Amino acid sequence: MSKVSIHKINENVPSQSENLLEILNLKTYYPVKGGFFKRTVGNVKAVDNISFDIKKGETLGLVGESGCGKSTAGRTILRLLKPTDGHIRFDGKDITKVSGKSLREIRKDMQMVFQDPYASLNPMQMIGDIIAEPIYNFSKKSKAELKIEVMDLLDKVGLPQDAYYKYAHEFSGGQRQRIGIARSLALRPKLIIADEPVSALDVSVQSQVLNLLKDLQKEFELTFLFIAHDLSVVKHMSDRIGVMYLGNMVEIADKDSLYAEPLHPYTQALISAIPSPDPRVKKERIILKGDVPSPINPPSGCPFHPRCSMAMEECSRSKPVLKEVKPSHRVACHLY
Amino acid sequence: MSTKKSLRNEAPLLEVKNLQTAFDIEGTDYNAVDNVSFKVKPRQIVGVVGESGCGKSVMSLSIMKLLPKGIGKVKSGEIIFDGINLEKMSEAQINKIRGKDVSMIFQEPMTSLNPVFTIGYQLQEVLFNHLKISKQEARRKAIALLKSVGISRPEKIVDEYPHQLSGGMRQRVMIAIAIACQPKLLIADEPTTALDVTVQAQILELLKEIQEVNDMSVILITHDLGVVAEMCDEVIVMYAGKIVEHTDVDTLFHNPKHPYTRLLMGAIPKMDEKEERLSSIQGIVPSLINMPKVGCRFAHRCPQAMPECFTVTPLLEEVEQDHEVACLLFETSIPREGVK
Repeated sequence: MSKVSIHKINENVPSQSENLLEILNLKTYYPVKGGFFKRTVGNVKAVDNISFDIKKGETLGLVGESGCGKSTAGRTILRLLKPTDGHIRFDGKDITKVSGKSLREIRKDMQMVFQDPYASLNPMQMIGDIIAEPIYNFSKKSKAELKIEVMDLLDKVGLPQDAYYKYAHEFSGGQRQRIGIARSLALRPKLIIADEPVSALDVSVQSQVLNLLKDLQKEFELTFLFIAHDLSVVKHMSDRIGVMYLGNMVEIADKDSLYAEPLHPYTQALISAIPSPDPRVKKERIILKGDVPSPINPPSGCPFHPRCSMAMEECSRSKPVLKEVKPSHRVACHLY
Repeated sequence: MSTKKSLRNEAPLLEVKNLQTAFDIEGTDYNAVDNVSFKVKPRQIVGVVGESGCGKSVMSLSIMKLLPKGIGKVKSGEIIFDGINLEKMSEAQINKIRGKDVSMIFQEPMTSLNPVFTIGYQLQEVLFNHLKISKQEARRKAIALLKSVGISRPEKIVDEYPHQLSGGMRQRVMIAIAIACQPKLLIADEPTTALDVTVQAQILELLKEIQEVNDMSVILITHDLGVVAEMCDEVIVMYAGKIVEHTDVDTLFHNPKHPYTRLLMGAIPKMDEKEERLSSIQGIVPSLINMPKVGCRFAHRCPQAMPECFTVTPLLEEVEQDHEVACLLFETSIPREGVK
C-alpha cells in the first residue's frame, strides 16, 4: 500500500492506507429497453450512490432484502458489471475504469464465492480441474505442480484428496460450497466477495461453512465482503455491517453498535423481524407494510419513506445523506 | 404455553400412527418416513423441524395423500383425521376432504400458483369444488378472502396473474386459497423459506391471526428454529425419517435432550451472544439408500455415540412428562427393538 495513487478520489475523505477497498458514490444502473427501436426508456437503479470502505483483514457484511442491490454492488466491485458512476479503489488503485490486461491482473486479487453451489460449478469438469483453472489461467505451472497445489487447497477446505477426480454432482451442497471456496482461494486473493454463501445450505452445514470461512480468513489474512440476507449469519461473520435498501446504503456501523442500537427505522424493522430461537423472548415487532418499491421508479426523497412509521414531511422531499451520528456509526435518515 | 394444559385431555384432531412411507428405487422399497406417530390437537400449532432429507415433506404429503404415484406409497400405519382413517379412503372421498378440511401451503409461492390463470380463478376453483355457490358469490368471497389475508386493493388483484405479484403477495394468495373453506387443519410446508425476513414476519403474523380466528390446527414444517420458537406449541424433531424428540416448545428450547436437537440449536448463530465458533454436525443426513438398517440413524454423526448405538435401534420414549426422546442415552427400560 505504499503506492501513492494519482487519482485522489475525494478530498474530504482522506484515503487511509489501511483500507483495502474504498467505494465512493458507486452507481450501477441497468437500462430498461422499450419501444419500437429498443431505446433506453428508463433505468433500474440497482445500486444508487453507495460509499463505504473495507480495512485490510476486516469483514464487512452487507444486508438487505432481495432486490436491494447488494449482489449488484458485489459484482460491480469485482468489475463483473460496469459501474455507471463512482469510484472503486482497490489496494490503493482506482480500478473503476481499468480494462484489458490490467483488469485481468486485478482479478487475481479479488475473487467471488457464489450463492448457489449447484449452479456455480461446471457439471462436466472434474473438481481438480475446476479448482486448478484459475491458477492455470495466471501462471505457467506444470501439471504436477498444479496438482500438488490443488490437493493442498482441497485439504485446506476440508475435502478428501479423492475429490480431485470427482464431479460436482457427487457432492452435497455443503461440500460443493467448499469446492467453490477452494477455487476462490486458488490465487491467494486479498479480497473475497461472498455472495450469500450459506443461504442454500442447512443450518448444520451452514455452521461448518461459516467456521471454515473464519478459519481461512485467519490463515490467509483475507478481507471479506460478506453479502447475505440472514442478519444473524451476517452478525456472526462481520466486523462492520452495512444495511442496504433499494440501492442505497441506509446505515453502516460496527456490528455491536448496529445490533444494540439500530438507528435507521428500516434497520430497526429488519432486526425486529428476525424470529428469536427462544420461545421465552417476546419481542416488540415492527411489521413493515407493503413491499419494496420498484427500483425503476424509486420514491422521491428517502427511498424508505412510504413504509416508514416515523416519516416526516421532509422525508418525501429531500434524500437524506449518510452522516456520522456516533463514532463509526453512520446513518442516512432525517431523524438524526 | 398457557393453552397447553387445557389441551392435554382433548381428543386429537389428527392422529398419525406408525406411519411408514416408502419410495420405490429400482425395485426396492426405502423408507423415507419410518414409524412415525404423533397427535395434533385442535387449535394447536405443531412444528416439524429437521435438515433437508429428514422426511418432513414426505410425511406431510403422506397425510395429504399427495405422494408421487407409482413411486411413493404409504406402506403401513394409520392417519386418523377427525375420526376418519384417511388411509382407507378412495381418491374421490379424499378429494372432498383435501382443500376443505385439510389444506396445504407449499414452500414456493412462485411455482405453486398456475401462471396462466388469474388469482380470482384459482381462488374460486377451490370454492366451486367444495361449496355450492354461484359465480357472483364466489367472486365476492374471493375478494373477501384476499382482503382477509391483508392484500390491499383486492378488487384489482382478483383479475391479475401470479407474475404481477411479489413473492410475499403470492404467499398471501396461497394462504387465501388454503383457508378458503375454513379447514380444520392446515399443513404449511416451509411457508416462509423463500421470503425475506420482513415479509416472513408479515406472513407468520398473518398465519397466527388466521389460526386464532378460524380455530384451526396447524402443522408447520420448517428448518428455521427461530420460526418454531415464535409460532409453535409443540415441536417434533425429525432425523432421517424418524422422530427423535417430541415435546412442547419451551421444554425443547430450554431442555433439549437428543444430541441431534442440541447440535441443531448450537449451529444457529445467536443474535445476543458472542461466539467465535458455531457447533456443527459432521457429515450429512444419510441418503435413503445408505440408511443404516440397525442402530440409531444419527449414530455415525453423533459425538456421544456409544458402541450399542450402532446395533440397537432406540425407540421414542417418554423420558419426562410430555417429553419423548429416541436416544439410548435416555433409555430407561431395556430396549425392546434389538438387532433385526
